[in-house]
Amino acid sequence: MRILCAVKRVVDYAAKIRVNAAQTNVDTSSVKMSMNPFCEIALEEALRLKEAGIATEVVAVTVGPDAAKDTLRTAMAMGADHAVHVVHESAGAGAGALPPLAVARVLSAVVDHAGPFGMVLAGKQAIDGDNNQTGQMLAALRGWPQATFASSVSVTDGGTHAVVTREVDAGLETVKVPLPAVVTTDLRLNEPRYAKLPMILKARKREIETLSAETLNVKDHVDRDQGKLHVRKVSEPPARAGGVKTKDMDEFINMLREKGVL
Amino acid sequence: CHCFFLIQQIKVSSLLMSMSMSVFRRSLLACGFTGGFSSSCTNSSRFMSLLVVADASSLQASCRAINAATLAFGASSGTKDPSLSVLVCGSPDDSKALDDAAALFSKVRGVSEVLMAKSDALKHNLPAPMAALVTHVIKTKNFENAAAPNGTFARDFMPRAAALLDSPLIADVVDTVDAKTFTRPSYAGNAMETVERTGDGPTIVTFRPTAFDAAETNDTNAAPVVQVSDDALAAAAGSASLGEFVSAENKDTGERADLSTARVVISGGRGVGDNFDKLYSLADAFGPDAAVGASRAAVDAGMCANDMQVGQTGKVVAPEVYIALGISGAIQHVAGMKDSKVIVAVNKDEDCPLFSIADVGYTGDLFEAVDRIKEEVQKKKA
Repeated sequence: MRILCAVKRVVDYAAKIRVNAAQTNVDTSSVKMSMNPFCEIALEEALRLKEAGIATEVVAVTVGPDAAKDTLRTAMAMGADHAVHVVHESAGAGAGALPPLAVARVLSAVVDHAGPFGMVLAGKQAIDGDNNQTGQMLAALRGWPQATFASSVSVTDGGTHAVVTREVDAGLETVKVPLPAVVTTDLRLNEPRYAKLPMILKARKREIETLSAETLNVKDHVDRDQGKLHVRKVSEPPARAGGVKTKDMDEFINMLREKGVL
Repeated sequence: CHCFFLIQQIKVSSLLMSMSMSVFRRSLLACGFTGGFSSSCTNSSRFMSLLVVADASSLQASCRAINAATLAFGASSGTKDPSLSVLVCGSPDDSKALDDAAALFSKVRGVSEVLMAKSDALKHNLPAPMAALVTHVIKTKNFENAAAPNGTFARDFMPRAAALLDSPLIADVVDTVDAKTFTRPSYAGNAMETVERTGDGPTIVTFRPTAFDAAETNDTNAAPVVQVSDDALAAAAGSASLGEFVSAENKDTGERADLSTARVVISGGRGVGDNFDKLYSLADAFGPDAAVGASRAAVDAGMCANDMQVGQTGKVVAPEVYIALGISGAIQHVAGMKDSKVIVAVNKDEDCPLFSIADVGYTGDLFEAVDRIKEEVQKKKA
């Protein structure tokens, strides 16, 4: 079984972000970018399935601008066998960004182009757009089963099915899906590995397959998907006043009374 | 000086204009004009049709989503909108719970019809049959808008249904601008996006329940409960082969409030260690509308269950009182609680980032604070 793993280049989870002056997006010009944490977990799971002898090849794919190649190099340094870059200037969040439906459309075309795949692994959400949609939409476009918010994945029945435990509001739920399927990963699925230096150096020289919406014959569709949503404005959230603190317990209790907590 | 006066005048008149526009809009709404200020303006006598997919296991969240949807789609005119439908779905095995939920939703203000879908294929709300059902209902009944509360329930099947309908989905909406334009957080709540649904096709959104009040119910008028068509059930059954339920491990909430809807949330970080029972005991002092949450650090350290995690990757809460004990205030945690009315932070580190957004902060031992707050709460109750 071959696994396709979708990865996204996003603003680093620890970066402090600011909205740009035009209020069209956050200012990403001087912030650190890295692989979306949920995508790292998805890739780690794909690599573990390969190490367990279940997967034969792990293909990493990203949709994004030229700079997104870095994310694919990281993926290869972690152990991905092959990397596919669908070049598209609009990625991330904010005005002009590709909406999840368009990304799902592109990923579906990549499955047609580079398949067959037994499983597509993706993060449950990207920490920039916070949409939590792309995996589900890809499953819908392909008519495949889906298992979202995975905290445990095992391939069973001679590679024909996956048993996935999901983190849901009520607790945990385990489902069994026939393959091929789309699985999206939650935080506690695994602890992603660090790329080792020799692998990082090697990944620099590896080939990245470069495609585009045009070469995948989905440009019209993607443009149409993009025309269905318009981010009018991006603004700062209302600031909280706050900041009254004390070291004195009685004063603290009085403050709680004033605020109506007690 | 003259110039200044002119500018002022323009400012005032534009302010008046925007005010009268909103009054105008409101009075139109009050007259039952819900045709929208969008593409469907052409037929002003027409009501906007709206489907809310309810989560029968979370009635509160569903009632909040119904309210959010009526606000958003302009159906909150005080009269019953003949086109607001609520879809309740599940297995015939859960018949009583589904009927109870339907009875509640039928009394929610603005609801004109409750659609009931009972089928073995819908047991456990698996995403493929759920999406097939919702898609079928939206298509055959020509719903222009669809909404659901943004929990793991809807986040699973709504994007799938949206893609089947060739439509985008606006997720986790916290505020509404008009029937096509919504505000939602991105970047862990550090930015707010105003997103407009443009072009043709249904507008599909999920609402963050904690950002809205629950819809009012009335006891006088109950909307009819109508079974969905056999075709709709057949559509769900047609996707049943795309996955099967194996098992579930539900958390034991006991008598305590649900984290997402509790009035008081007491959250602990890594510093709590093996003493989460002290937090439960404080919650008990506050009463049955208090719940206990946790930071990711506490969950990852195995001090409490996953589903207690508050944050971007866990639950988003907005209680009246949020008491954070030994939580530093990482971006991802703040994303899940910053809309709480009053935030109380207790931390021994004076420089912990949470103090910058907390309304009340105490620098010191968290257990001393827990004991004292508990004592004061009990004193007040006695």
